[in-house]
Amino acid sequence: MITEAVQEREHYLNASYGIKSWLLTKDHKRIALLYLHTITIFFFLGGIFATLIRLELLTPQGDLVTADTYSKLFTLHGVIMIFFFLIPSIPATLGNFFLPMMIGAKDLAFPRINLLSWYLLVIGGCFAIYAMLAGGVDTGWTFYVPYSTNYSNTYVIATGLGVFIAGFSSILTGLNFIVTVHRMRAPGMTWFRLPLFVWSNYATALIQVLGTPVIAITLVLLIGERALHIGIFDPARGGDPVLFQHLFWFYSHPAVYIMVLPAMGVISELVSVFAKKPVFGYKVVAFSSVAIAVLGFLVWGHHMFVSGQSVYAGLAFSFLSYFVAIPSAIKVFNWTATLHKGSISYATPMLYAFGFIGLFTVGGLTGLFVACLGVDVHVHDTYFVIAHFHYIMVGGTLMAYLGGMHYWWPKMSGRMYPEGWAKLSALVIYLGFNLTFFPQFILGYLGMPRRYWMYPDEFQVLHVMSTAGSSVLAVGYLMPLIYFMWSLRYGRIAGPNPWGAAGLEWQTASPPPAHNFEETPIVTTEAYDYAALAAMEEAKVG
Amino acid sequence: MHEHVDSIKTYTLVFLTLLILTAATTMVSTIDLGPFNVVMALLIAVVKMMLVALFFMHLRHSTILTKVVVGGGMLWLGILLVLSLSDFVTRGWLPVPGK
Amino acid sequence: MDSRTETLALREQFETPAQQKEISTLGMWVFLVTEIMFFGGLFLAYAIYRRQFAGAFALASNTLDVVIGAVNTAVLLCSSYTMVLAVRAAQIGSRKALIVFLILTILLGGVFLGVKAYEWNQKFEEHHVPGPSFHLEGTPAQGPAQLFFSLYFTMTGLHALHMVVGEGLMLFLLWQAYAGKYTPSYYTPVDVGGLYWHFVDIVWIFLFPLLYLIARHQH
Repeated sequence: MITEAVQEREHYLNASYGIKSWLLTKDHKRIALLYLHTITIFFFLGGIFATLIRLELLTPQGDLVTADTYSKLFTLHGVIMIFFFLIPSIPATLGNFFLPMMIGAKDLAFPRINLLSWYLLVIGGCFAIYAMLAGGVDTGWTFYVPYSTNYSNTYVIATGLGVFIAGFSSILTGLNFIVTVHRMRAPGMTWFRLPLFVWSNYATALIQVLGTPVIAITLVLLIGERALHIGIFDPARGGDPVLFQHLFWFYSHPAVYIMVLPAMGVISELVSVFAKKPVFGYKVVAFSSVAIAVLGFLVWGHHMFVSGQSVYAGLAFSFLSYFVAIPSAIKVFNWTATLHKGSISYATPMLYAFGFIGLFTVGGLTGLFVACLGVDVHVHDTYFVIAHFHYIMVGGTLMAYLGGMHYWWPKMSGRMYPEGWAKLSALVIYLGFNLTFFPQFILGYLGMPRRYWMYPDEFQVLHVMSTAGSSVLAVGYLMPLIYFMWSLRYGRIAGPNPWGAAGLEWQTASPPPAHNFEETPIVTTEAYDYAALAAMEEAKVG
Repeated sequence: MHEHVDSIKTYTLVFLTLLILTAATTMVSTIDLGPFNVVMALLIAVVKMMLVALFFMHLRHSTILTKVVVGGGMLWLGILLVLSLSDFVTRGWLPVPGK
Repeated sequence: MDSRTETLALREQFETPAQQKEISTLGMWVFLVTEIMFFGGLFLAYAIYRRQFAGAFALASNTLDVVIGAVNTAVLLCSSYTMVLAVRAAQIGSRKALIVFLILTILLGGVFLGVKAYEWNQKFEEHHVPGPSFHLEGTPAQGPAQLFFSLYFTMTGLHALHMVVGEGLMLFLLWQAYAGKYTPSYYTPVDVGGLYWHFVDIVWIFLFPLLYLIARHQH
């Protein structure tokens, strides 16, 4: 039950009441919670589409929905999951909440722009939901022309507008984070004392600022082509559909790093705390984050190997794509080295971290397969690619997101989640995930195309396995939804630092005061300095 | 950041230079330089951009971080243009079997 | 906990007014980088199609009025001149000069937009707007010629949209300046508004030669 101790002390949740105090808040912590609600709704909405897709694929015939409807299902699944869940997820929730605290600041550089970012995501989402309810969109989340401009009879423009607006949400968040990290660090918080979660979100912010505007102009041109027939992608007028793909993927490839970098940042934090060791090779991991952000902009043509792009360009993009794997691999090695001779605790966040490391490695290695031009010619547009990116985005990012949610839940809410149920759902998710997506590697390799709603009989066994796995996954995702909400009222009260973590966010109360710290902290220790933390604790007690 | 107050004379000189360069680029375009017409046009435009950025936008008094930000933006535009054009420019360089 | 009153010059999240000013300026520069990438996509499309359809593009470009284009470029450069003088006036605390220069900037911006509207109308009358009634004399490559004009209208249109937003910003600054809100210790909005205005000018600095000056020696 809620104790008096929590009720008496003023913190960011009870500092003011009423809907206006939330909808007009400038507090980054409240904005983070606004985002949390929004993206959770979008996640389950995207999940409903995934469920319908997997149900259709139980049988080789197209018997649950029509082909057109199926096209709408996978399009909406992709659009919602990517633009309205994954891209905002970690930066807008955990990043918004903890980045200022981790650097010892009172808030982000531009709190009102932060609130505007959330409104933009909601407004963009409204356009997407309008498109969905009015009849859907069937172009695939990639909106390739000329289908999206000349032939589709669905709500392309509405969806495009929704994504456009949501894109500005992302841009403004990135802008805010860049300026904040450069100029609002507390005294003594040098770049190389920053938690790696901050480095990751900083690198992500660079991508958001440099890449997102390009998909914005792409959508403008798409809408111009569809509504006004400006001809820019129309071969009849001399236009080139491949130009659309260049513009689209210039953002959408780095976008996958927007989705995975913050997740890697979470894993750095988790692996350190739950091995009670500083992250091995801190500087290398920090530089790897920035390297991934930069290199990620040089490889987009690997989505276009079979598009009619010049073979020479294809060779160049294939070659460059191998380089981006290097910093990612470095991080995996360094996390593993961190675990070595660490004092390992198997709390739920750590289970998610283990899950991430394994599944991201599989996803990353299969990325090397598809980066190879010759191999990709065969597996492009098959379930192999689908499995590859789901291993990274779901096995990777989503697991890290859940791990981070569990890790920081006590700080955000002042309550512990129920550890037993949490461990169980982590296991359910891990098993469900692998059952869902591993068969898809095999399906793709055997030739099952993506975006098809019917298939040859011989693929049915693997599809049934995949659908079975997805039902397990669904249960696994519903469990945290339930027990997190349960914990708000019945969870054990958490102290300031239930995990014994180093980091400024753990030096303040749970939940934190509205201004984060009673006094501006002065930083004198390196990141992940558990020895200094222990000394500080002793000094307090003694 | 600039607490430095530039003089009206400086601004006026820059403005007049910009006008002269505008006239110059217009006149140069009437001379046939073949492929170098584009080069000249872009060169003059870049000089005008630098003048506006350095003097009117006070970039020359700004922090190193600001300069890095601007440089980064130009570099990224360069990546978009160069890597994309590398496709269009090289189409047909390497033969595809059967063609 | 900090209980100082929040002022325009020193908002809650910052330690000093100098920090706020530096951060606001940095924020605007980062935003301008996003604008570079936003317009960049259009410049890419232009580069690709001009290279591929040099003849049609040259012919189409030559139908634009160079004199009007050059004069309009000068008008916009002049507005940047008055803008930077406005910032300077704010820096030294000259409220009257600030107001005068802001008004001049707004007027010059208005002239630019008016001339643009006139040019667009010309194109409409000459049947150079892409669509069913498009026709450009002198080339069978009507498709690529339309591409030129699609790019022309999209690029100058997007630019004009940014000008309109800029005019709105300037009007806001004018209102605040009139109300005496800007002093030598707090004129950040003028500074930052100026950065935006100059950036829009820089975009035009590139648009003019690229759109108006293709192969002008052919006359």
